[in-house]
Amino acid sequence: MEGKNSFYNDNKLNIKKLMKSGVLSSFLSALVAVLLGLIFGFVIMLIALPANALIGFKHIILGGLKRIGDVFYYATPILMTGLSVGFANKMGLFNIGASGQYTMGMYFALYVGFMWDLPDGIHWVVACLAGFVGGMLWGAIPGIFKAFLNVNEVITSIMFNYIGMYLVDMFIQGNSAMYVSDKTRTQYLPAEVQMPSLGIPNSNVHLGIILAILIGILLYIVLQKTTFGYELKATGFNRFASEYAGMKGKRNIILTMAIAGGLSGLGGAFGILAPSGIAGSSMTYEPINIIAPAGFNGIAVALLGNSHPIGIIFSAIFISYIQRGGTLASLAGYKPEIIDIVIAVIIYFSAFTSLILEFISKLFGKGRKNKKTLVDNEIKEAE
Amino acid sequence: MGEYIIEMLNITKTFPGIVANDNITLKLKKGEIHALLGENGAGKSTLMSILFGLYQPDSGEIRKNGKPVKINNPNDANDLGIGMVHQHFKLVDIFTVLENIILGVEPNKMGIIQKDEARKKVLELSEKYGLKVDPDAYVEDITVGMQQRVEILKMLYRDNEILIFDEPTAVLTPQEIRELLQIMRGFAREGKSILFITHKLNEIMEVADRCTVLRKGKCIGTVNVKDTTKEELSRMMVGRDISFKVDKKESKPGEVVLSVRNLNVVSKSHGKNLVKDVSFNVRAGEIVCIAGIDGNGQREIVNAITGLERPTSGTITLCGHDITKASIRERSIRGISHIPEDRHKHGLVLDYKLEENLVLQRYWQPEFQNKGFIKFDAVRKYAERLIDKFDIRSGQGPITITRSMSGGNQQKAIIAREIDKEHELLIAVQPTRGLDVGAIEYVHKQLVATRDAGKAVLLVSLELDEVMDVSDRILVIYEGEIVGELDPKTTTLEELGLYMSGAKRDNAKEINDGREE
Repeated sequence: MEGKNSFYNDNKLNIKKLMKSGVLSSFLSALVAVLLGLIFGFVIMLIALPANALIGFKHIILGGLKRIGDVFYYATPILMTGLSVGFANKMGLFNIGASGQYTMGMYFALYVGFMWDLPDGIHWVVACLAGFVGGMLWGAIPGIFKAFLNVNEVITSIMFNYIGMYLVDMFIQGNSAMYVSDKTRTQYLPAEVQMPSLGIPNSNVHLGIILAILIGILLYIVLQKTTFGYELKATGFNRFASEYAGMKGKRNIILTMAIAGGLSGLGGAFGILAPSGIAGSSMTYEPINIIAPAGFNGIAVALLGNSHPIGIIFSAIFISYIQRGGTLASLAGYKPEIIDIVIAVIIYFSAFTSLILEFISKLFGKGRKNKKTLVDNEIKEAE
Repeated sequence: MGEYIIEMLNITKTFPGIVANDNITLKLKKGEIHALLGENGAGKSTLMSILFGLYQPDSGEIRKNGKPVKINNPNDANDLGIGMVHQHFKLVDIFTVLENIILGVEPNKMGIIQKDEARKKVLELSEKYGLKVDPDAYVEDITVGMQQRVEILKMLYRDNEILIFDEPTAVLTPQEIRELLQIMRGFAREGKSILFITHKLNEIMEVADRCTVLRKGKCIGTVNVKDTTKEELSRMMVGRDISFKVDKKESKPGEVVLSVRNLNVVSKSHGKNLVKDVSFNVRAGEIVCIAGIDGNGQREIVNAITGLERPTSGTITLCGHDITKASIRERSIRGISHIPEDRHKHGLVLDYKLEENLVLQRYWQPEFQNKGFIKFDAVRKYAERLIDKFDIRSGQGPITITRSMSGGNQQKAIIAREIDKEHELLIAVQPTRGLDVGAIEYVHKQLVATRDAGKAVLLVSLELDEVMDVSDRILVIYEGEIVGELDPKTTTLEELGLYMSGAKRDNAKEINDGREE
């Protein structure tokens, strides 16, 4: 009898502990969002082309497995922009300017790649660092506006997406060492500026993904373990309390936006410095006045990952995975846009995190209540 | 048909893990003011929410005029003539007073609102009961007191005859409280029945006919107010004797710790002088209280001392150091501890764990960090010590999310943090606001203990009893100026009130000279 009671209690405590830690619950809610999104996607596929729905859906679910190298390759830039958006979000800032920072980082990396003459081993490293600096600059400016003039960072960073993109396009088109005007693209980068490939066949996956994951873990440590992370989160939760406690709010806003920008910029560097499978060529940039989509994908990645650096690592890989599957679904006659719809739905549902969380805790709550009355009854019987 | 208009019989309501109402019976007579008294968490609000249809009881029965009724939602309650003024007002900020009053029951002809008709009725009601409002003002622009009158007019507009007031005086100034109690008496004379939720004993003694006391979800009893005393009621409420007199020895003021000289604060929005040429000292070992009606410059003085806002001119000296332009962190290091007015806005990061909040002022000190990394085991140990020493109660100790704690314990956490931190000056702004009697007693003891430990204490309070009981010296502020310095041992509440309302003032020169030695 007594043994039974303690069993229930232990059980209760464990679930509670996990729920309290928040990790399990955010993971579960992301999972529910993913499942709902997939179901919804399947329904759309059924409507669009009923005969091939099953085979197409199988491509979406399992297709990524066949191209695992590409999954990680395409995950690299959106992981970086996701970390960027998520990191700023921890401080209560919405960095919608990841695209501009990404483009700036890419340009800085390209500039170092073409214009600087550096030894082979370190050329790509310096180019990456330059990308980080370029993104930082583009993130810090909205941060400065926010800190000193209280201009909403959403507005400035949207504007900086355009300013950054047009500036970069202008600079590139005006630089004959970088630009091939009849092909409307940049020159091929020399091989020593390209990131070291991981050597997975049929894929351009490179060292960037490993660096990106390491950076994600590093951010997690910064947020959880350091005084800077403590200040940053406190400011995000309650700006007034952080001011009351004497934290340097303005410095922290600028620093956070600069780091967030740097992360996106590094993403841009990783994107453009990726190695090419064909010898003598490289990734190129086309200055055709289009905002880099990687920035907006980063918002989706950060949302699905609940702004948690480790969550973002998984959500970036997942989104890349399902995108690879989506391109394969075209083999079954589906437009690749269908996968964009599925991803949109997943993000849509993950925005309902709180609702889903409530739903989950209700499920658990009921279970707990039943157990409690059970225990109570037993106690009553014993009496 | 008995004499009771509303009977709540044997009401029981449980929430997961807690019995909020345990077999409670409450009977409301027609035309009486019935107080519902209890500490925070005693089950008052739950009981009223059941009457208002927000919760369904697990068991028990509600009767109106002797007939059982079922109240499934606030609309049912409204149909039965039950209206409620919530503690946190439920008004649409960007609507006018009139629009808020008619919201949900707009008089209309084929869907077109007949505002003139509504305005006439509202003005009549406002005239009749002395509820002064401007029907065309926007709710976001009017004072809290007027917002409350709007809530009351909402009930009257709906012809409610049973009026529930949920802690209506918590947000009001002494003057507004007096007015409100007057208005409530008027309602009772009209034959309306009033349920008055509060934990302020003075108000019950002043206005209520009967009082039902709840403690930990149980009904302790219903008494006739004229046959009882404050002490009796508080014993019923808390379950032990509470001393209303703060127990303290004569103060022994020492060195000047805080010196404020010719402080001026000019409002950024309308250019008015919010603080005018204020000078005063606070010495070690004394509690100095700035008394005054809310909004007379207290906030600006505190912000200037703590560094939250820069004063326009003047100097502030702490233990001989000029800190007028120092950063908030520097002031904290030099020895200012601050219990802020709004504990949710400034005092706590509600989404942080209790332990994280307990080091909010100290996380950067070598004791708690090493090369930028927080020493979480040191934080945990420190939190456990404070929780033990200051009796902070919470669900899971140091790892409790602060938002889930009761208001009283949140305040205890702030007090623990600020008092345990090295300090020379403790600034406490309305430290007992919204707390129940037991917690108030606790806070007062801590303030006196801090004083007795040789620290300077600057208290800002709107509660006259607190001003008189706790402080060693009273500075009265009126429209940004210090208009009098009083000794709580020799002055009276009436005299204090005269100074606070600007009816009486001493020569500013004299006050300053009196303190300069």
